[in-house]
Amino acid sequence: MQTTTIFLALATLCVISFFMGRNRSRVVAMRLGNGLTALHSLPSHYGYMAAIWSALPALFLLALWSGFESTILYKLVIAQLPQSIQAMPANELGLYYNQLQGFAQGGFGSTEQDQIQVAASEHYRVLTSWSSQLKTAMVLVVAVVGGLLAVRRVTPLLRARNHVEKILEWILFGSSLVAVLTTLGIILSILFEAIRFFKVIPLQDFLFGLQWSPQMAIRTDQVAASGSFGFLPLLVGTLLISTVALLIAVPVGLMSAIYLSEYASRRFRTVTKPVLEILAGVPTVVYGFFAALTVAPFIRELGGSVGLSVASESALAAGLVMGIMIIPFVMSLSDDIITAVPDSLREASLGLGATMSETIRKVVMPAALPGIVGGILLAASRAIGETMIVVMAAGLSAKLTINPLEAVTTITVQIVSLLVGDQEFDNPKTLAAFALGLVLFVVTLLLNVVALYVVRKYREQYE
Amino acid sequence: MNNMNKESNYKTTAAIQASLKKRHAAERRFQWYGRSAVLTGFIFLCILMVDIVGKGSPAFTQHFIKVDVIFDRETLGIHASATPADIAQADYSAAIKSSLRTMFPDVSTRVGKKSLYRLISVGAQYSLRDMVVENPALIGTTREIWLLAHSEAGSYLKNQVSKDSPESERKIKDIQIKWLETLREEGRTESRFNRSFFTSGDSREPEMAGIKAALYGSFYTLLVTFLLAFPIGVMAAVYLEEFAPRNRLTDLIEININNLAAVPSIVFGLLGLAVFINFFELPRSAPLVGGIVLALITLPTIIITSRAAIGAVSPSIYQAAMGVGASKLQTVVHHVLPVAMPGILTGSIIGMAQALGETAPLLMIGMVAFIMDVPSGVTDPATVLPVQIFLWADSPERGFTEKTSAAIMVLMGFLIIMNALAVFLRKRFELK
Repeated sequence: MQTTTIFLALATLCVISFFMGRNRSRVVAMRLGNGLTALHSLPSHYGYMAAIWSALPALFLLALWSGFESTILYKLVIAQLPQSIQAMPANELGLYYNQLQGFAQGGFGSTEQDQIQVAASEHYRVLTSWSSQLKTAMVLVVAVVGGLLAVRRVTPLLRARNHVEKILEWILFGSSLVAVLTTLGIILSILFEAIRFFKVIPLQDFLFGLQWSPQMAIRTDQVAASGSFGFLPLLVGTLLISTVALLIAVPVGLMSAIYLSEYASRRFRTVTKPVLEILAGVPTVVYGFFAALTVAPFIRELGGSVGLSVASESALAAGLVMGIMIIPFVMSLSDDIITAVPDSLREASLGLGATMSETIRKVVMPAALPGIVGGILLAASRAIGETMIVVMAAGLSAKLTINPLEAVTTITVQIVSLLVGDQEFDNPKTLAAFALGLVLFVVTLLLNVVALYVVRKYREQYE
Repeated sequence: MNNMNKESNYKTTAAIQASLKKRHAAERRFQWYGRSAVLTGFIFLCILMVDIVGKGSPAFTQHFIKVDVIFDRETLGIHASATPADIAQADYSAAIKSSLRTMFPDVSTRVGKKSLYRLISVGAQYSLRDMVVENPALIGTTREIWLLAHSEAGSYLKNQVSKDSPESERKIKDIQIKWLETLREEGRTESRFNRSFFTSGDSREPEMAGIKAALYGSFYTLLVTFLLAFPIGVMAAVYLEEFAPRNRLTDLIEININNLAAVPSIVFGLLGLAVFINFFELPRSAPLVGGIVLALITLPTIIITSRAAIGAVSPSIYQAAMGVGASKLQTVVHHVLPVAMPGILTGSIIGMAQALGETAPLLMIGMVAFIMDVPSGVTDPATVLPVQIFLWADSPERGFTEKTSAAIMVLMGFLIIMNALAVFLRKRFELK
């Protein structure tokens, strides 16, 4: 609420600065008597300059203030507390502080309060309201001063357009950095938590352990096993489901691509391709539902009728549905690659009397092979990272098996099951999810880098 | 010599002739492989659609049962001097129960009564309450009122449960079936369009659960996503396409964006959890955090398609603008972006559609909580449509299966609209 008010006030100040800057430039220009031609830039540029100088420093201050507010408040409130409480261990002190915060906001945690805590929470409340009032005032003052200073600087010789554009260019540059910052954020956050995990569980136990049962006590009063974090069963399960998926998607996708690009009429192609691509647009949660409620029972009954015992959460069901999902992916990628093969190769082969299928199998395919392999690698990376289908249709218990009729679990399933519900950032159970995330990130990244390299290499060959 | 050559030529031709049949058969087979591959894709798509629509369409209707409700002061527990607040707190479920007992007087056992009460939804008492609060004159009278059926009774009335299956395999008991048949014969059951599916939030009772809260949650989440991803994405695309110098940093950014597009979405969920919730202490389960995470996921899509659209603008436009003295930025903002806008919007809509269907990263940041209330802002706890689907799909009650399919139909409807819009924009773009 208060943040909204500040933003609205800032926006108003910006608009006012804009008009003041624009007017000022006109006035300055008129004084010289030459009309607007005396100005270096258009009047609106002077306006934009004033608006930018009114907004940017104020926003910077606001961000800084919001960033440090809670830390400083914490320090101030704690400093007021008696020595005996300050001497508590850091996490107990944190809990104590949370309670008093809750009390100050009139929410829960208002029970078991002593006098000191009530006084401290009153102190906290006063400080908070002071801080928010001071913040509003400071931000608005900075905005007004910034705007006024910029308006005062307006002279006919001021190169406002260049000035404004330089700043905007930096903002554009900043936007393009967001992607880099995201990657950096992913790597740092996952790496940081994963390292904390590996401090408790040795790396070799994680990488080569054959047992995965992360049921660990999150609170000290819970009774649970000590937990073992061997990641191999998850890897095998993930690879099993992905292999099933690729066994469905690669033949169907590749043959569809060949048929559509080499045989089908233009009209058939323009109708068929978008329809098949609908499969790629279906949300994964829908596939998960389909797999869990339709395909899995169907496969189970089918297996039962020929005397096979199939788990109700079989890897086959999840893999089959995942395969359906990546058919259009394989198809589009192969289609691009196949159409990129030069026609001269086909014509040469057909001219020697080969049939179309012989040409495709013996000339086009070998030429397109590296690209198609790259495409399959991309599809594999997508299958490994896919979450919802396996969360809904694959099992939870880690079993080291390569029988697709049994229930296996995957890396992504475990990440979800470890993080949904109770979380505690100093417990290996929660941190294990980040270690798994790190593995997932590294594996998919490697697959992508290799695949993109292969595809690019292949494209250069014919360009 | 010549003769021999002819001989061998003849032999080759004969061999070729002989093999032709086989080769042509192989050719036809190969074509059939291709056709059947395309057909397989179609069949999968059809099965998926038929399955969802078949399972989901019953959810759009609801069964009501006509009950002679006795608004008895004593059963309701309303004194003569009751205030409106007392009336609102009266025991309406007791009124329903006693009315049902009056309609079926031969039910006497405890178990029998319990199954009798299970014909009517738990939510029916709230609709009775609203009726009485609005019109207190009802107290003391007996009215015929259509009450919402319990989901299992409704499911029987929709003919989803076979009477012939053994009693132990179905939730609805033989005795309840007998009552329902009696009611049906007396014309006391009715099927209506399920309006509450769109006007109520989640519920533990399948017959009362709706998608309104999830729709609002999705709306707020996508709003945040769009407000962040669209400006940042377009600005990044403009920078990379128009301003970026060819150097190492630019290469790094480009490689980065391409790789980011292929990072599994669940990893973004981990980022959201570790950075936005754990470090910046933003509220859990809120559309704000969900929107930020989805914005990061869609950003590469928007940047890549926007760059393509900006790159496709004809150089003559640049030359004309530059020629009359526009700066680079003015050229881009005033002339290039308006021309490229349909392409940029197409990419953004596709990115938004992707964000609308995304589930996994939202599970990580706690948007899986059971939420009945409609969120009123971006910091309220909320859930989104795909997560609602996930939650319902996990519920064991049969009534939720059809709700899940129906919610999927609504979600797919939105996706189809968005994609159709994107195709429409692209078509217009191509005409120019």
